[in-house]
Amino acid sequence: MGKLLVIFFGGVLLNNFILSRFLGICPFIGISQRVETAAGMSAAVIFVMGLASVVTWFFRHMILVPLGLEYLQTIGFILIIAALVQLVEMVIQKTSPPLYQALGIYLPLITTNCAVLGVTILNVSENYNLLEAAVNGVAGASGFALAILLFAAIRERMELSEIPESLKGFPIALITAGLMSMAFLGFAGFRLQALFGVM
Amino acid sequence: MSFKSEFSKGIINENPTFRMLLGMCPTLATSLAISNGIGMGLAATFVLVGSNVIISALRKVTPEKIRIPIFVVVIATFVTTVDLIMAAFLPGLHEVLGIFIPLIVVNCIIFARAEAFAFQHGIMDSLADGLGMGLGWTLALCGLSAIRELLGTGTILAIPDFGFAGIRIFDQSLAAVMVILPPGGFITLGLLIGLLNWVASRNKKRAQEG
Repeated sequence: MGKLLVIFFGGVLLNNFILSRFLGICPFIGISQRVETAAGMSAAVIFVMGLASVVTWFFRHMILVPLGLEYLQTIGFILIIAALVQLVEMVIQKTSPPLYQALGIYLPLITTNCAVLGVTILNVSENYNLLEAAVNGVAGASGFALAILLFAAIRERMELSEIPESLKGFPIALITAGLMSMAFLGFAGFRLQALFGVM
Repeated sequence: MSFKSEFSKGIINENPTFRMLLGMCPTLATSLAISNGIGMGLAATFVLVGSNVIISALRKVTPEKIRIPIFVVVIATFVTTVDLIMAAFLPGLHEVLGIFIPLIVVNCIIFARAEAFAFQHGIMDSLADGLGMGLGWTLALCGLSAIRELLGTGTILAIPDFGFAGIRIFDQSLAAVMVILPPGGFITLGLLIGLLNWVASRNKKRAQEG
């Protein structure tokens, strides 16, 4: 239990996917103009990243490792993620039209969100078991959600402020993200292992 | 367009990092030292050229509807090749670049060129486009890496794989470590793009006046 908490809080705060690992910058900058769209994207990402962590774990341990095909990991994982996103899209469309209306347009974008492929590769390199992988997936996505929601709120206010002409748009967004990342560096002082009693 | 103009557009006018703002994750994450920039840039260039040529060669037999999965498989094949070659010959660099090598698969630059260019153009044009875009990205990455390496460590051109410690420009104690930490990546790139925008708008104004 302690280790799961360490993985979760580590993923959300210490090793935040966007602000310290640099995964998922494209949607972070691209879909953060408004808080509502950022929230929709976050929900879709949490769902897909959790699911992708579990499915790729089974794929690796039941197909790739027994057959000695580990070198096909990259190709296999990306195809699984693409298929998974399609499947999720179809299931949501059939079962819950309101949810589909809210998340529909974000789902296809998730395939190329490097945070999703990133988390599945991290699960492999950290040698996580099934439960740890699932927690890591949800934690990474929650960290993504936290960062993108905070960032969207800042950007809504930035619309009203006067920014030098050359810095408008993308450059100022990057600088703001840099300042947020600096704030998140403060969490590096947390000693999670000691806090949750894990060595 | 000719081979030369397809090649050169990626380096300046349509530079993937500074003009089209594509592929930000690896740009920010790996621009810690010039050697990383060159390694990452050339790995992506190899993938870009390979996938552009194959996708362009297959464009007449690729069904429109399933083109995206086909692009993914072609790109992932080249990425796996680079990954294995780098792990064998440059283990130090492979370690530093870490998951950003397999993540070339989802790099938007490569997807964008496959979809927007290679799928509609001939093999030679796609080859030139891939080379130009790849080198444009490599140059942008090296520029950003040079700034961050110099300000963050006080040395430039360190190549750990060849046991070269780099040229020391100023003392370690004067180096701003923040620049090679994640916040420095965001802020340096933001300021650099801002500077390029400023230069571009000033040149435009001068051209109008003159």
